[in-house]
Amino acid sequence: MTDRNDDLFKDPSFIRGMTQKRLSRRDVFKYAGIGAGALSMSSILAACGGSSSSTVKPGDGGGNLFSGKPNGTVNFANWPYYIDKAKDASGQIVHPSLEQFTKDTNIQVNYREVIQANASFFGKIQPSLANGKPTGWDIIVITNGETLTKLVQSDYLVPLPTDLRPNFDANASDAVKDPSYDPGNKLTMAWQSGLTGIGWDPKQVAALRPSKPTVTSIEDLFDPAFAGKVGMFGDNQDLPNFVLLTLGVNPEDSTPDDWQKAADKLTAQRANVRSYYEQNYINALNNGDVAITMAWSGDIFQSNLSGAADGLQFTVPDEGAIIWTDNMCIPVGVQNPVDAITMMDYVYKPDIQALIEEYNGYICPVPASQAIIAKTDPDTAKSELVFPSADLISRLHTYRVLTDAEQLQWNSLFEPIYQG
Amino acid sequence: MSETGVPNIDQIIKAGFDYGNKGTPVRRKTNRRKASVPYLLAGPAVSWLLIFFLLPTIYMFTVSLYTGTLGPTMQFAWKWNNYSTMLSIFGPQLIRSVEYALAATIITLLVGYPVAYWISFYGGKRKNVFLLLLLIPFFVSFVLRTYQWAFLLSDQGIVVGTLHRLGLVSDRFHILGTGYAVIFGIAYNFLPFTVLPLYVALERIEPRLLEAGRDLYADRSTTFLKVVWPLALPGVFAAFLLTFVPAVGDFINFEYLGGPSNTMIGHIIQNLYLANFDYPHGAALSFVLMAVLIVGATLYARALGTEAVMEATAA
Repeated sequence: MTDRNDDLFKDPSFIRGMTQKRLSRRDVFKYAGIGAGALSMSSILAACGGSSSSTVKPGDGGGNLFSGKPNGTVNFANWPYYIDKAKDASGQIVHPSLEQFTKDTNIQVNYREVIQANASFFGKIQPSLANGKPTGWDIIVITNGETLTKLVQSDYLVPLPTDLRPNFDANASDAVKDPSYDPGNKLTMAWQSGLTGIGWDPKQVAALRPSKPTVTSIEDLFDPAFAGKVGMFGDNQDLPNFVLLTLGVNPEDSTPDDWQKAADKLTAQRANVRSYYEQNYINALNNGDVAITMAWSGDIFQSNLSGAADGLQFTVPDEGAIIWTDNMCIPVGVQNPVDAITMMDYVYKPDIQALIEEYNGYICPVPASQAIIAKTDPDTAKSELVFPSADLISRLHTYRVLTDAEQLQWNSLFEPIYQG
Repeated sequence: MSETGVPNIDQIIKAGFDYGNKGTPVRRKTNRRKASVPYLLAGPAVSWLLIFFLLPTIYMFTVSLYTGTLGPTMQFAWKWNNYSTMLSIFGPQLIRSVEYALAATIITLLVGYPVAYWISFYGGKRKNVFLLLLLIPFFVSFVLRTYQWAFLLSDQGIVVGTLHRLGLVSDRFHILGTGYAVIFGIAYNFLPFTVLPLYVALERIEPRLLEAGRDLYADRSTTFLKVVWPLALPGVFAAFLLTFVPAVGDFINFEYLGGPSNTMIGHIIQNLYLANFDYPHGAALSFVLMAVLIVGATLYARALGTEAVMEATAA
């Protein structure tokens, strides 16, 4: 041991270097294993994230699904404030129309107001639908548009039995029978409809444009007199379809050339628009931030009722308006199909629909209810926004139905306008 | 033992090895329980990060390479040009978000530093009360508070309406719908994120250092510049990071306070996911944003020296 260089071993830094951890062969194997595991993890996760191809078969050929007896319950998902409400003896909130249904058919209704927006609700049920599992809902209510188109194209909706809905066939209005987004009502039945039109504050409009203090046309939204006080919708459905009306075309039949013209028109308008709203245009109108804006019929009605501002007006423009419909449909994996179709058809009885409509204030799909409502609430019965005349119906248009490829082109044209 | 007292190599070897009868060295058993304690203590945190951060990030990265939108058309396709598409389309909004967040962070630093300074040096016995007062508005939901600012700053509201009536501004003047409203909203909402780290850093300054400064003939401003500011600098770095990074991705303030040309990147990502069901592009854009922020944070750390940032994150 004496021929070793002891001075070297007296140096503390040498000892440190010898005793420090180094990358050994074992470590290399360990880290390589972890890396390989991480890479394979991503493919495993991609697989268990839900297969991209739908393994769900639509309704097993509608007929077989609806041939049995009702099971006694139905799970109904809907939007809030969309059905009649009353308080029973103990102060609990009940729905008279649903109670009547249970009395007549012995089917219990599990009614839940869980839908706040189409896309987010679709996001909630999509994993179950993609994996072929029941969503837990027998009836869901989806607005016609991108979400409904996606449900239809992915075969996530059960075809409805056309022989099990006598009330619908007898009583439904022309506006909701055979709509362009669902010819023959194979997959959907309307719950309620609403209008996209123009909402405006008469005082501000008169102040900004004394020469013409009323709003009658969509072109008023483009009037430079209102520069900086105009509101538009910031979405890829209401906004483009509404403006297509100014070109004199039916949105349902519009071509990409029409879309380009509409996009150019909207781009030219950008400097005048105060903001592209999603939901809160009504507050902007109440607060005076805008004088004139695109609006939904029910909101102006309810705002006036609540006295938030004096006398906001809603106008259906001369060029026409967009009618959108919230539709009842049955998702695949339904557990109580016969109960579902019974419920869906039951609300088309005029007396039941009258109960629902009195509370709602949206467009009623059953014209025969008008006479019933007139007895207790003549104002609602007379309102064009609840029972549109045949003339008004002829001026209403629905959203353009788009394929995936068209949707891409549509989005690329219109999204930059409100996402500038 | 050698003359100088430093143990030589033979003693080191003897200390670590036991020579058995066979003459081959036998390792002394290490205390396995003691060695595994650090790993066990770190276990929950690491698992949390693994399950709730690493795995979702890997999954999202995979999704960003898909093509199509939610539904049967969404297929894995190694679609790297999702990234370039998103960068080219939404580059301006990304830059704008960074600008707004930067402006808002500078505002919160300018406003928050005096507040933190006052609370830590002059707060006395009631420091916690003042901190609580600062935080009480934040018990209310973020969205509601932003919504209320939309009401307060509206054209006929308290602020702008009064200015109009006093004739101080033109008829077309408005606050809502401009970039200034969005910057203000972000600054308002992220103020506690700035004040708290600053407060913590200032709190750690030994008051006797200030006295020492004064003993050396420094006046109050010199004391501040030469003693307080350098010592609290890690807090400033932490406050900047904690405010800037969430502010870039904010998507609420634009929606309620902004106008057509104030779109922020957070809102666009939200729209891609929830309105267009365009998960691949949304994931790609999220990663672009993450990359921008990581690059920014790394440059930030390099420029200021990693020591300062480590100190700051420890603070």
